[in-house]
Amino acid sequence: MNTCSARLHSEERKTALIALLPSLVIFALFTVYPIIYSLYLSLFDCSLLGGPRTFVGLGNYAKMLASADFRVSMANTVKYAVGTVPIGAALSMFVAVLLNQKIRGRGFYRVAYFMPVVTSMVAVAIVWTWMFDPYYGLFNALLERIGINGPAWLADPRWSLPAVIILGIWKNLGYNMVIFLAGLQDVPVEYYESAEIDGAGGWQKFRYVTMPLMRGSIGFVLIMSTIKSFQVFGQVYVMTGGGPMNSTMVLVYYIYRQAFEFYRSGYASAVAWFLFAVILVLTMLQKRFLKVEN
Amino acid sequence: MSTIVSMTNSGATDAVRAKRRRVVTKTAGLGLVHIVLILGAIFMVLPFVWMLLTSFKDRSEVFTYSIQWLPSRINLDGYREVWSEIPFARMYLNSFIVAISVTLCQLVTSALAGYAFARLDFPGRDVVFMIYLSAMMIPHQATVIPTFLLVRKFNMVNRYSSLILPFAAGPFGAFLLRQFFMGMPRSLEEAAIIDGCSRFGVLRSVVLPLCKPALVTLGLFQFMFSWNDFMWPLIVTNKMSMRTLQVGLALLRAEVSTEWPMLMAATVMATVPILVAFLAAQRQFIESIAFTGLKY
Repeated sequence: MNTCSARLHSEERKTALIALLPSLVIFALFTVYPIIYSLYLSLFDCSLLGGPRTFVGLGNYAKMLASADFRVSMANTVKYAVGTVPIGAALSMFVAVLLNQKIRGRGFYRVAYFMPVVTSMVAVAIVWTWMFDPYYGLFNALLERIGINGPAWLADPRWSLPAVIILGIWKNLGYNMVIFLAGLQDVPVEYYESAEIDGAGGWQKFRYVTMPLMRGSIGFVLIMSTIKSFQVFGQVYVMTGGGPMNSTMVLVYYIYRQAFEFYRSGYASAVAWFLFAVILVLTMLQKRFLKVEN
Repeated sequence: MSTIVSMTNSGATDAVRAKRRRVVTKTAGLGLVHIVLILGAIFMVLPFVWMLLTSFKDRSEVFTYSIQWLPSRINLDGYREVWSEIPFARMYLNSFIVAISVTLCQLVTSALAGYAFARLDFPGRDVVFMIYLSAMMIPHQATVIPTFLLVRKFNMVNRYSSLILPFAAGPFGAFLLRQFFMGMPRSLEEAAIIDGCSRFGVLRSVVLPLCKPALVTLGLFQFMFSWNDFMWPLIVTNKMSMRTLQVGLALLRAEVSTEWPMLMAATVMATVPILVAFLAAQRQFIESIAFTGLKY
């Protein structure tokens, strides 16, 4: 009996090992090894094309902090986050609250608002580049109808980042809306009813019933969109290439150029680790907002 | 007596009036809600409409200062020219091969890992699971350089394997399916085991058929992710014949810059598969995204 159960046990371990093997091999090769190796690389002055490696200690990090281009790309990334996250969250909450009632065409609205989420960033970035065209673009033509002389958008250093931000808000709105809708469905209807009996209006109901009960979803959306805004790449690559005059140079695009256009793999690894650290801190903050359920 | 009647009367009419007022404001409010939602929906859908309309236009119709919404005739030149400008068909094929392979690999590896984490007993199971799960907060962009070096060392640049293998397994899928397995009653599996079925046999013929919704959710999510991925394919391919559709689009944009009808035609064609999949299975799509609320 005892030996039998022991044999069953060792059999189960073997099964578990076989079942986990593919995942763990991929995990070790493409996640664990690279993240450690990039920390190692960040301590060297080296080229992506090979050649000698010189140990520079924290030199790459010092160089990074002193680099004007790095600071510009960091500042732009923060500006992008500040521009997209609060407005995006507020707008998607607004739409979610409107959709969270028995109205006709709910399914239609949900699909319409969600379409940008499923399409690729490259595809929509090309379409928006066309709409932002200073002379023949749809936006400036529409603006002209209401008597506004539209800016040159992507060609103007003052308007290029706002243009990228508008696209970012548009692309992400549906995602946040779905998260908020899921949260709103968990708010008991009786809470609203008793608030109504107490004479609460629409705004008061939102402020004193919805907001406190939605703290989890709101925290999640805020931190998730902040993390996403630190990973912006595709739209910058397609729309502006970081320009004009570095006005849309963001962190990930900076890493990409340093590594794959200037071949400075050591330096780029240092910036990549900096990005990782930022995202780690943001994730920790999120964990404090949300108790992770097991 | 009459005063009492008139009092109750006026009270009743007041109540009725108040109720009517509430109904009126409610319908007016609902109308306003629809107007706001429709304006928002137009803003969301407008880029897609503009993409489609532009793709049918003549070059001369594109460069006009006033808005010309409709093409004067359906012009398919853009759709025709793309194929000679870049190896569009090959890129299409590449994207399909990669996205379908990534999705299938993910389904298999996630089902296996999810089952091991949910049902099998082995030392250190929960620790391994927590470590694996915490990997979700490592951004892909932070590991891209060493991963590229690794792929180059293995001579995998410009090969499908480099586009597929790094995404063949992942903590998100394992996590999603583990949650699903744990919510299932054990009794069915136990019956099959007593009948002499192996663990893998149980997984294949008892567990998986019961969790089709979770598999569809994971599959859709992975397909979308892989089809739309841009940075990694850009880095790990440099031969035109191995580029994926997203990279091809970006290169086309750099090459022909203002050939808008052609660019829009290419964008339409690259977007259609994912939009069709979305419209066909929009409920699962939206649920799968809501589930990513559990990611990170």
